[in-house]
Amino acid sequence: MSQAVVAKLKQEFPAAVLNTVEHRGEITVTVNKDDIVTVCTFLRDSAGYNFLCDLCGVDYHGSEPRFMVVYNLYNIETKERLRIKAAVGEDDCCIDTVSGVWSTANWPERECWDMFGIAFKGHPDLRRILMPADWDGYPLRKDYPLQGPNRELYQGRLS
Amino acid sequence: MATNEIMTINMGPQHPSTHGVLQLILELDGETVVKATPHIGFLHRGVEKLAENRSYHRALPLTDRLDYLAPMSNNLGYVLAVEKLLGIEDEIPQRAKVVRVMMAELTRIKSHLVWLATHALDIGAMTVFIYCFRERELIMDMYEKLSGARMTSNYFRVGGLSLDLPDGFEQDVKNFIDAMPGHLETYEGLLTGNAIWQKRTRGVGYISAADAIDIGLTGPALRASGVDWDLRRDNPYSGYEEYDFKVITREGCDTFDRYTARLDEMRESCKIIQQCLDKLEDGPILADNPGVSLPPKENVLNSIEGLIHHFKLVTDGFKPEPGEIYQGIEAPKGELGYYMVSDGSANPYRMKIRPPSFVNLQALPQMVEGALLADVIATIGTLDIVLGEIDR
Repeated sequence: MSQAVVAKLKQEFPAAVLNTVEHRGEITVTVNKDDIVTVCTFLRDSAGYNFLCDLCGVDYHGSEPRFMVVYNLYNIETKERLRIKAAVGEDDCCIDTVSGVWSTANWPERECWDMFGIAFKGHPDLRRILMPADWDGYPLRKDYPLQGPNRELYQGRLS
Repeated sequence: MATNEIMTINMGPQHPSTHGVLQLILELDGETVVKATPHIGFLHRGVEKLAENRSYHRALPLTDRLDYLAPMSNNLGYVLAVEKLLGIEDEIPQRAKVVRVMMAELTRIKSHLVWLATHALDIGAMTVFIYCFRERELIMDMYEKLSGARMTSNYFRVGGLSLDLPDGFEQDVKNFIDAMPGHLETYEGLLTGNAIWQKRTRGVGYISAADAIDIGLTGPALRASGVDWDLRRDNPYSGYEEYDFKVITREGCDTFDRYTARLDEMRESCKIIQQCLDKLEDGPILADNPGVSLPPKENVLNSIEGLIHHFKLVTDGFKPEPGEIYQGIEAPKGELGYYMVSDGSANPYRMKIRPPSFVNLQALPQMVEGALLADVIATIGTLDIVLGEIDR
């Protein structure tokens, strides 16, 4: 079934779908970041993926483009999952918001901005959410030190 | 003083009815809420960052500290996610699966008891609070017998369980689930027909099914809005497909229906636990996979091979092949999801937790705007949030 959705997606947006991977029975589709809102709207309206489970960033430090924004979708009707990803580069670190497609995206997008510094264009309220408003840096980036900024590396046991 | 003046007040982060350290900025027109803005993050400990710097076995204790009212559910989601990443779901022994389901359901009852206790206390019913904590204490004792800890259980392991059930444990569980339906009737007797309870909950915190799906509500909060969705039945894990239970839904979309839905969920949990006790057979508790499963303690303490085996697994860990997975489970508060990315090393490259409370809390502003200030308290209670997993 998810395979059929991927085929439909490829047919509808031949230029937007960049890559499809299956791992442990789960399908991940990488799409062009400029088409994220159109793809998501299509998946919601025409493929039944009416529920956004989760949205998050991943930092692939050292590779280009550096970040991935990951959308874990769910279809309440058919009980199926689908994962959409879009690559975001470090220089142009922004992507369109999908909070207009699923209202759920509001806070997870704020968290992604807070933790990775990925901006969401058109987001209604893009502020830090977990870290204090005046915090410097993006904690979940791979080059952000575990012990925090300007602190000695912890010399004792890590755990 | 002008009558149309909007007053802004702070509720929390030091407020008993915010269930932790939630801050709400409320804009009030008299007693009516015009706007509510939640502020979170006071309890942020960087669990996801910490997990990236530990091996898979050593990241497990971090999950206890997410939803600290339901530690074993967090453990279960995590171990299932790692097992999926490794591709060893089929190797988990039957006994381990049954014990996992049994403990997950006891955890659900435990979490719902704290919800009912604090929710009722917030609204003004003190007696129920005392009764619920009395029953919860019995589950805490079981936790302690099983894992040595009342809160931070850290009991499940990737591959199975850390220890087998202690002697007499099944009898404790049996005694508990035999008595529990009676206790539930007591709570219902105290609350359901109570005029104050009815006035404080009926029609309060209304959210329609379409809005609930759009904002991402899950768990009992979604089912009380009439959406028939439960991951235990729809995407079964840990052998849930073998159990016979009802998914409780309600049509009222309000605080009262979320209350009755959760009470009935506890009854269903008791039925599942009874089925677990019937299914429980002797057998191994860990997958026969030396590259993943920690060896039994008696081997570690009595043989050099066992000691080396343990040492290698704890220091070096195991290395799942590169890839990414998402595992969602039906935690007491809703869908708890783990999105894991492996780069082929011994540490998770990325572990994203999807806490149910984080998304459920997001619905609070739209549920309270236009309502009375006192209804904010009832709505926070009915959403059943825990700040430990919201802030991570």
